Amino acid sequence: MIRFVLSRVALVIPTFIGITLLTFAMIRLIPGDPIELLAGERGVTPERHAELRAEYGFDKPMMVQYWDYISGVVQGDLGNSIVTRQPVLNEFFALFPATVELSLCAMIFAVFIGIPVGILAAVRRGSVFDHSVMGVALTGYSMPIFWWGLLLIILFSGILQWTPVSGRISLLFYFEPVTGFMLIDSILSGQEGAFTSALSHLILPTVVLGTIPLAVIARQTRSAMLEVLNEDYVRTARAKGLAPRRVIGIHALRNALIPVITVIGLQVGVLFAGAVLTETIFSWPGIGKWLIDSISRRDYPSVQGGILLIATTIIIVNLLVDLVYGLINPRIRHQR
Amino acid sequence: MTESTQTISANDTPSAPGPLAEFWADFSRNKGALSGLIVIVLITFVALFADVIAPHPPAEQYRDAFLVPPAWTDEGTSKFILGTDAVGRDILSRLIYGARFSLSIGAIVVTLSLTVGIALGLLAAFSRGAVEIAIMRIMDMMLALPSLLLAVVIVAILGPGLFNAMLAISIVYLPHLVRLTRAAAITEMSKDYVTASTVSGAGVLRLMFITVLPNCMAPLIVQATLSFSSAILDAAALGFLGLGAQPPIPEWGTMLAEAREFVLRAWWVVTFPGLAILITVLALNLLGDGLRDALDPKLKKQ
Repeated sequence: MIRFVLSRVALVIPTFIGITLLTFAMIRLIPGDPIELLAGERGVTPERHAELRAEYGFDKPMMVQYWDYISGVVQGDLGNSIVTRQPVLNEFFALFPATVELSLCAMIFAVFIGIPVGILAAVRRGSVFDHSVMGVALTGYSMPIFWWGLLLIILFSGILQWTPVSGRISLLFYFEPVTGFMLIDSILSGQEGAFTSALSHLILPTVVLGTIPLAVIARQTRSAMLEVLNEDYVRTARAKGLAPRRVIGIHALRNALIPVITVIGLQVGVLFAGAVLTETIFSWPGIGKWLIDSISRRDYPSVQGGILLIATTIIIVNLLVDLVYGLINPRIRHQR
Repeated sequence: MTESTQTISANDTPSAPGPLAEFWADFSRNKGALSGLIVIVLITFVALFADVIAPHPPAEQYRDAFLVPPAWTDEGTSKFILGTDAVGRDILSRLIYGARFSLSIGAIVVTLSLTVGIALGLLAAFSRGAVEIAIMRIMDMMLALPSLLLAVVIVAILGPGLFNAMLAISIVYLPHLVRLTRAAAITEMSKDYVTASTVSGAGVLRLMFITVLPNCMAPLIVQATLSFSSAILDAAALGFLGLGAQPPIPEWGTMLAEAREFVLRAWWVVTFPGLAILITVLALNLLGDGLRDALDPKLKKQ
């Protein structure tokens, strides 16, 4: 097991170095003067320009620049935002919980609907239910989620007036963040109605962000379940006279879930990409919206640091999924 | 009696159906795939003849008709079937011209990434050693970021715009194509017919593109169809984020971005461009699924 963990961790390191090369090169590839990009100063005097050049280390050889960059990264120094002059790392972690809360809720939504629906569709293969589930899943998979979000806003915020259009909580409430998760903080604050307000803000973004993972999980669960239901051991279990519920729920499901867990792990990247769109639609103050705002404000240090941190998060989560996968499935652990 | 038996045996000797006929038989059995194909043909037709079909020029602003609802509502007029947007442009006409953009985006992205992807994949498969490792490691690194995010980064570097968005999406789709090509090519290269042409003196380029490549096409065609639909979706997403096609180009995602602020006042401005994206992408995905089922021999036998 230790060998397995170490080999997986070793595989991640070159990927991480590759990402740092990408973000390092990014600032230098953008057309225009990197000093102006990094310092946000336009029309600087030649003296100030040289001063800044030395300050940012652009006068050093490329290798030395990269070394300086990566030693900064390892120590958590990702530079300062041009707009707010705050360290990029602080900005990122101030907004990160909002994205995590939204992504977690979306994932829970997708898993708790997708898996049961997928199982039922497989068990009733060829039924009307099966066909409609697969039809809806394919539609969900093809959905431009930015449009889906707008449609839900028209229906639930416009016509029915059930949910608010944007933000994380009504402006009537204010409390200091404790966990950064609005649902938990609103309960901790003890203010009446705060939790309901936070929940009502969360519902539509959750549905929008969860739609594509839901479709993928339902499809994957169905096909994995169909495959397992054809196995000999399932037939044996049935022949022994076990209740169908037990055969499907315990014998078949356990093996069917292995590929489903892989797919759930792969959805982490999808969630981050989707968060960019979902947060933009609902003005959700998370890192997706922050990234797009930083791009439009030409705040390149923030974009550079944000991409590095998002990629690192995805790499770490994928690594964890990989390890958990090895834990539950010995066949993976003992490969090679 | 005997005569008729003879004619049958003479004309209908059990000759195997050609690969194309067999493919079509498998493909047309799939109703979803067939309807996807029909929709795509229709959209292509609309895109090609946009000048004739569209009732109004796409950029024409009717100053007396801002945010007119669709024709079937009470305030609508038959002049603007799907209504007008905030500056008085006919939405239907813009959607029709938008089909041109979306289909060209898909076609250009697929051509670009398929060409480069096949070249890199074959290069990796044939060179082995350091070149192969370098290519495959770079592709792995690109897979660490989700494709839309990587495209956002590339557009942030290159600057927003339709051309740069297409370029970014093409780059982002490379890893899957390179991996597929390399895997298929390596499998083929171990087969006898490749050894035979090597022995008979075929050059590397001939081996790559004439001997091996045609036998690797099935998975690549499927991936290309699915990339076509994701390219349309991703380009629309970039347009929506303000990083793709810039107004007043009637690209569907860009139209949605312009319509966002009217979401609660004028539902039709928001609804129709998104519906166009959904229908196109859905049809392409149905088509891709059908192609995969018809081309994948493992699935065919079931």
